Amino acid sequence: MGILQYRFMQNAILAAFLGGVACSTVGVFVVMMRISFIGVCLSHAAFAGALLGALVGFNPVVGAFAFSLLAAAVIGPLADRGEFNPDTAIGILFSLMLGLAFLFMGLMPGPRTQALGLLWGSILTVTNADLILLAVVCASVVALVVLFFKEIQAVTFHREVAMAVGIPASAIFYALLFLTGATITASFRTIGGLLIFSLIINPAAAAYQLTYSMKRLFCLSALFGVLSGWLGLLISYLFNIPSGAVIIVVSTLIFAVATIFSPKRKVKGLSNVGTGFSSAAD
Amino acid sequence: MARADEVVIEIEDAVVSYREDVALRGVSLTVRRGEFVGIIGPNGAGKTTLLTLVNGLGRLLSGRVRVLGKPLAPRNAHHIRTRVGYVAQVQDIDPRMPITVREVVMIGRYGRLGPFHRPTQADRDVVERMIELVGMSPLADRPIGHLSGGEQQRTAIARALAQEPDIFLLDEPTAFLDWRAQREILDLVQEIHRRQRLTTLFVTHDLNALPRCDRVVLMKDGLIQGEGRAGAVLRNEVLSELYGTPITLIEHAGRQVVLS
Repeated sequence: MGILQYRFMQNAILAAFLGGVACSTVGVFVVMMRISFIGVCLSHAAFAGALLGALVGFNPVVGAFAFSLLAAAVIGPLADRGEFNPDTAIGILFSLMLGLAFLFMGLMPGPRTQALGLLWGSILTVTNADLILLAVVCASVVALVVLFFKEIQAVTFHREVAMAVGIPASAIFYALLFLTGATITASFRTIGGLLIFSLIINPAAAAYQLTYSMKRLFCLSALFGVLSGWLGLLISYLFNIPSGAVIIVVSTLIFAVATIFSPKRKVKGLSNVGTGFSSAAD
Repeated sequence: MARADEVVIEIEDAVVSYREDVALRGVSLTVRRGEFVGIIGPNGAGKTTLLTLVNGLGRLLSGRVRVLGKPLAPRNAHHIRTRVGYVAQVQDIDPRMPITVREVVMIGRYGRLGPFHRPTQADRDVVERMIELVGMSPLADRPIGHLSGGEQQRTAIARALAQEPDIFLLDEPTAFLDWRAQREILDLVQEIHRRQRLTTLFVTHDLNALPRCDRVVLMKDGLIQGEGRAGAVLRNEVLSELYGTPITLIEHAGRQVVLS
């Protein structure tokens, strides 16, 4: 248990917990609403915003937050209108953000240590300010999910249905995009701008394979998110390899295992028979 | 207490447009409490748009819409929607979607409850009653994605009824269903109307379902072409003109049956 005695390791473990819970919770929205591409776009926008901050000299967190909100404001109405598939527009925005990120990086003078740090993240050097931001975002995400569980359940199930029964579905949808942007902003310094999205989507996608209860989906997703972070840290400590990358590999492995052992795989086979009655246990 | 002849939907000269297309070009319709109104017409006639005017999802360019005695405006649309049940065509639901039949029906209560209020025992009782009414009690704990199209439509009807609505909107609820499921959904809708005298607007392509309606509205090119009782509408020349293709009716067992 030598791993626990270092101050930086204690911070990293705490950061992995907070980031794991926050990312995997907003991941549930993203997976349920099938908007992973929007999530990827938001995280790259945050990355570009952070790099702009690093280039011009303001706090990268502020840049990341501003850019991801801006991207959400552009994408939200496209996805919300629902009249056409917003994939093309999101694709354009996504590539623009990636282009801007590399442009800002290219404009930076000298060694680009800070930029590369933002790209890959550095969970072993989290500051107290990072931890506080992560804690605030994590607590807000969890509190909002508890408070608005029924609205979130309705909107993530079916936006038009939620709207038709009188739930302010658009407001909830924008709030979920906003929360996703805030979570990405708070965690990208620890996980890294390029890798953050795996920690959002993998735990939730893994949990989605395993349960038919949305409450359990949130809990399992958070569990997988934290597990990915902690196992990744342990492995990166033992073999002295980059932590962010290991965390992503671990979360992908969890997803693969969950998919292989998913009770829902049987359902797919059975539903082809056409009975509509399959006995997949939860 | 609501009077039987009270006007619950009043649409005056409504014009609605989506992008370049004009979906409704001056439509007026009055519906009284308890009426069962069928709406037919070719694709693109504006039938669905007409329904979206009633639950405040459509954007009015000009004209007036009053629902349940109140003018529809963006600020009260949420409130009006809590009192309008809406069932669309059977949806493509992911079989892995983590939500059960009972939870889907409970969504019908959520709009009325409003934020920060959790469902009470009274809400759960309403939900159970509606699940029972549509015959879904044995399947109430199943994930919604596992059900057949007909069962999903029953669930959608239960969800809309769980709102305890004053108006019930049905937008081709039997589309894509097999013959038996179509018949069962139609019977269910008619039974609900008979029991609750619930004001019902029913958009359909199933012309053989029309005798179940009190009144039939004919729509084409964003306009109401005419309306009348099913008997007056179910005529070769009326339907052939509406759809722009020869339609033949024959009499079978004392009622008109539509052949294409």
